[in-house]
Amino acid sequence: MTAVPASAYLTLAAFLFAIGAAGVLIKRNPIVIFMCIELMLNAVNLTFLTFALHQPNLQAQVAGHVFVLFVIGVAAAEVAVGLGIIVVIFRLRETIDVDSVSLLRE
Amino acid sequence: MAERLFFFLCALVAISTAVGMVASRNPVRSALLLVANFFCLAMLYFTLSAQFVGIIQIIVYAGAIMVLFLFVIMLLNLGSPEAQLQERELRRPLAWLLAIGLFLVLVSQVFLVVNAQPQPHGAAGTARMIGSAMFTQWSFPLLIVAVLLTVGVIGSILLARRRSA
Repeated sequence: MTAVPASAYLTLAAFLFAIGAAGVLIKRNPIVIFMCIELMLNAVNLTFLTFALHQPNLQAQVAGHVFVLFVIGVAAAEVAVGLGIIVVIFRLRETIDVDSVSLLRE
Repeated sequence: MAERLFFFLCALVAISTAVGMVASRNPVRSALLLVANFFCLAMLYFTLSAQFVGIIQIIVYAGAIMVLFLFVIMLLNLGSPEAQLQERELRRPLAWLLAIGLFLVLVSQVFLVVNAQPQPHGAAGTARMIGSAMFTQWSFPLLIVAVLLTVGVIGSILLARRRSA
């Protein structure tokens, strides 16, 4: 069915994960940092689906798909709370630069 | 051959949009590039015979979550050029070095582990199979995710409320 080897999918997922990790380290805008985290979660989802296709029995394949849906649900909850926190920080400090928001350190 | 070509095209667009998202200074442009990236990943999910997850990816991620991102960017007025944050230039080489190291570690594991053959059943990606598994075998994790989403909604409402009273 699929002529593309699994290692190609997994290499792509590893690359996307590494790009997301680099973005989390580089960016100063917390919204873009959240986007990079979403990219990393999607890379993990890609590995889940790749390995699900290589499982011998049907139940294990479906389990991989179910787990991807759980990851999407948790990501949605994370985004809702995270963006709420960003809006509150912007309301309090008029900036959302992650270097200037160091309230817990002072 | 056509499948390889399709995978190569999707992977190329996914990689270039991901790099563009990190490299772009405008958060609106980053969000739109990420939407394109999610579409490419959904196409790859289709090639992995995961139709339902691919559709959910487009509806939930590209449709709902990214609109939420764009909404907050517009709400905080971060799209205008004078609101752009300065990047930390000094840490840039170190971050890319770390990312390349992470990539190499992951890829070394990829080529150590995988020599399996794909075993497509065809039925695994359908909504019927996923739904019946989710509401029987995985019903308790589903309940936990439901509680998590409810708590998330209540928490974001509490955070967004103005404390004027």
